[in-house]
This record gives sequence, C-alpha cells and structure tokens, in this order.
Amino acid sequence: MNPTSLIAIASVIAAAFAVGLGSVGPALGEGRAVAAAMDAIARQPDSSGVISRTLFVGLAMIETMAIYALVVALVLLFANPLIRIH
Amino acid sequence: MIGSPLQAEPMFHIGPVPVTTPVVTTWGLMAVLIAGSALLTRRLKLEPGTGQVLLEQYVLGIQGQIRETLRADPSPYLAFLASLFIFVLGCNWLAIIPGLEAPTAHLETDAALAGIVFLAVPFFGVRARGLKGYLAEFAQPTWVMLPLNLGGRLTRIFSLMMRLFGNMMSGVFVTGILLSLVGLLVPIPFMLLDLLTGLIQAYIFTALAMVFIGGVVAPPSPAQGSQS
Repeated sequence: MNPTSLIAIASVIAAAFAVGLGSVGPALGEGRAVAAAMDAIARQPDSSGVISRTLFVGLAMIETMAIYALVVALVLLFANPLIRIH
Repeated sequence: MIGSPLQAEPMFHIGPVPVTTPVVTTWGLMAVLIAGSALLTRRLKLEPGTGQVLLEQYVLGIQGQIRETLRADPSPYLAFLASLFIFVLGCNWLAIIPGLEAPTAHLETDAALAGIVFLAVPFFGVRARGLKGYLAEFAQPTWVMLPLNLGGRLTRIFSLMMRLFGNMMSGVFVTGILLSLVGLLVPIPFMLLDLLTGLIQAYIFTALAMVFIGGVVAPPSPAQGSQS
C-alpha cells in the first residue's frame, strides 16, 4: 500500500467523520432554536412575523457550522491538497 | 453531477476565456428577468391584470420586509434587495427545468453574489452616514476591536457564500447520487425538498444582506449586538 492510497483512505474516513460529527451540534442547536420560537409564537401569536424572520436568520447562522463541516469534507474528497492525481 | 462540485467544465471558449455552463445560464436568466420586468412594467394600469398584481405584491412584500428590518424608508434599498432575491430564487429554481443546473450549485456564482453584497454594504453605509461615520463604525467600542471588526466583515461574507453554495450543491448532489443508485422516479420528493430549500436560501441570502446593510446604515443600539 503506497502512501497516496493511505492518504486517500484517511481522507474518506475523515470526510465521513467531519460531516457526521459536525452536524450533531448544529442539529441540536437548531432544534432548541425552533422549540423556543414555537413557544414564543404560542405565547404571542401577534408577533409571529418578527419571530419567524429572526428565527430564519438565526437558523442560517447555526447552519453555517454544518456547512463548514461539509466544505471541509468536500475539500478532503475533491480538492485534497495532499493527493496529486491530475 | 457526480464529478467534483468545485470545478466547472468549460462549455466553449471566447478567445482565451473559457465560458462555463453556469455563466451561460446566469446570463440567460438575467435576460429573462430583464425582459420580463420590461414587459410587465410597460403598460401599468390603475386596474391591474394578473402580472401586475403579482409584481405589485412582490414589491410591496419586499418593501415591508425592508421597513421592518431596517426601520427606515425602504426606497433606497428596494431595487438592490428585490433584484437580489429574485435573481437568487431564479438561480435556485432553474434546476427544475430539464437539462439545466442551478448556477448557485457552483462556487463562482455564489462568490460573485457575495462579492456584490460585500461591495453594497460600504456603498450604502457611506451614502447613509458619510465616509467618516462609516469608517468610525469599525472602531466602535474601542480601537482594540478594529481587527476583530474587519475580520468579522470578511468572514460573514465568506459564510454567506459558503451557505448558499453548500445548501444548493448538496441538494444537487443528493439527487445525483439517488438517481445513480435507485433509478428514475425516486429522487422526485428530494427535488421537491430542493425547491423549498431554494426558496428558503434565497430568502435567507436577501435577509442577511438586509441585516448587514442595516448594521452599517443605522447607528447600533447598545442592547443589540452587531456580530453575526
């Protein structure tokens, strides 16, 4: 087994772990945010417009962390600087 | 699209410049949007038809959003933000036309869009508060915060770009993988989900641009953090 294929195996495993573990935290955070927003809307249905707009922006912020994990996985799979095939 | 999502194959060359498929699709979309708006606004009537009602609803909706977010007169920002939303939405929904691919699933389109927002934020800031007022914003609590503020401006634009790219690209990718694994009709529910994601992402992109502009246009209140 040459070093290049070792690096490739490690990259694939690392990409899977990056997405798998990296999406746990944002998922928990988004769940809490949506639950809190539901609670707030149930208490004050009048201000649901403001609450849902703020919720969407906040969800986008939380989601950024998962997206970063996805980008790391993509770089490992498709643009790995340690592997030179082309 | 099972190949690398970070590269786009050139479709043809104009001299030494390679032209990729997303470039052609975005130019086509721009032409359709411009022609559509020109057609719809050519004969505006007091008793509007269907197209004019839809257009008015759209403009009024965006106006209301800007007014609620910025708490200011929406007219200076309306053209920019409304065009941004409908362009990103059009890009995201282009994927349902057979043979076309969402241009936002490629990094260059998102980088260009985020670059436009990056330039628009200082433009509106300088126009609303003057050059000095805009620059003073960077040293806001103390001078020590200057590098942090500068870094924040850059990273939030970067995350704006990566968010749109990651969401749209993952949708295209999941559809491609499912199509290659299980066959013809199974990816349809996922494509429906992609349409919803496209709408939400277009909204989020515009709302974040709105929030960024609002952060430089209005003086920050002490209770509200400007970090995002």
